[in-house]
Amino acid sequence: MVKELLTGNKATAYGAMYARAQVIAAYPITPQTTIVERIADLISEGRMHAKYVKVESEHSAMAASVAASNTGARAFTATSAHGLALMHEVLMWAAGARTPCVLVNVNRAMGPPWSVWADHQDAMAERDTGVIQFWCENNQEIFDTVIMAYKVAEDHDVMLPAMINQDAFYLSHTSEPVDLPDQEAVDGYLPPLDPMVKLDVEDPKGFGSLIMPPQYMEFRAHMARSMDNAREKIRKADREWEELTGRSYGGMMDMYRCEDAEFVLFGAGTMMSTAKDVVDELRKENRRVGIARLRVFRPFPVDEVRYLADRVHALGVMDRTYTFGRGGPLYNEVNGQLYNHSNRPPTKNYVIGVGGRDVRPKHIRALFDDIERVSKEGYGDEGEIHWWGLLDGTTPEVEK
Amino acid sequence: MPQTVDEIPITPMNTVDSSIVKTGAWRAFRPICDNSRCIKCWTCWKFCPDVSISISEEGPVFDYDHCKGCGICAEVCPVKCIEMVPESK
Repeated sequence: MVKELLTGNKATAYGAMYARAQVIAAYPITPQTTIVERIADLISEGRMHAKYVKVESEHSAMAASVAASNTGARAFTATSAHGLALMHEVLMWAAGARTPCVLVNVNRAMGPPWSVWADHQDAMAERDTGVIQFWCENNQEIFDTVIMAYKVAEDHDVMLPAMINQDAFYLSHTSEPVDLPDQEAVDGYLPPLDPMVKLDVEDPKGFGSLIMPPQYMEFRAHMARSMDNAREKIRKADREWEELTGRSYGGMMDMYRCEDAEFVLFGAGTMMSTAKDVVDELRKENRRVGIARLRVFRPFPVDEVRYLADRVHALGVMDRTYTFGRGGPLYNEVNGQLYNHSNRPPTKNYVIGVGGRDVRPKHIRALFDDIERVSKEGYGDEGEIHWWGLLDGTTPEVEK
Repeated sequence: MPQTVDEIPITPMNTVDSSIVKTGAWRAFRPICDNSRCIKCWTCWKFCPDVSISISEEGPVFDYDHCKGCGICAEVCPVKCIEMVPESK
């Protein structure tokens, strides 16, 4: 085992190398570009053995990944924001064709207004594609998750593509120490891809064929079932990774000091690291608070959200994006999973950090104050959804 | 025979040769070649997107079970000896 100082993007490239990805479909986009650049270096240095395909768009990058996966190869690609949006059609294809490719998405705001900074809209808009979604908060987790994602995606009870999300710049371009395990240990954890079907000239087949109405639903129900299967496979992959490396990310959700918490904030990405530090401070002030960090968005952590609902007085949901029309995507998911549950604490949506606006400790502290107020006094005139930190004075104690 | 969720393959697949799936019925215009004017350059054979033209000593032979009548052969023919005739005739 060695320890290296790696940016999130380099940790991603190392993850693909340790996972022994065999085909890399590469197309640049800020802030992802240094992932495929580093992979090109690793291949030219002879450290990584993969076919590097320079494609003409993200749509082609994902198409090349699907095709590689169809031949039985382990495929990898990476993108951000508008690149992910351009992949949308092929993400649907990758999932429906049941090709266990892995991609890393560096979460970046969608334009216009043009932006390259952290925002979760790009990935959350891919909710319905049938792609498994992991979410990371540090560079070690990114490296580990690339390897775990292949293990889950390639499981014969799952066979779906997986996407790993990391925040633009906060992770992609920030260096952190990352433990790199021995290659043999990773090989023991992640055996070579064992495809259920593959393109074979000795046994010709046509993939993606027309399915008539009496059968299409069965294929989609099979996908739904496989995505549900992924929950237990993710928990198992996490346990086995912990046995190997000592590191766990909580299985389906990363819960921090939630066991006895009265007030919990739920959210995704790097802002939840800041929030954990604030929880430590508030605990010293005898406030029973905790953080639930989204680890997996698809499949959704239903049991974990209901576990929280059984314990807390109120749940604040932080969304680093918005579903134009009503609420943030995580907020809508949480409320959807609680309606048919016996315990339904008040929930409030905090739309925060959109387009890379900093989420600071004092903001997290104010959110805990606000959710506690909601649990005692109700929503008041403001309602359930608060765009936190707008420059119009609607947010307490936020500087202009 | 419809299959249940447990019975379907992991991905939708064709295992039959596409030559037995007859798609010629989609055709609205049928290519007819005047072999007396054909110069045997085989441009039509090369351009046919459905591999529905084969080569013979007399001229192009159309596979009407698969030709969809796109008319590319008639368009690219340098001596214009292929005519697209409406199927309704």
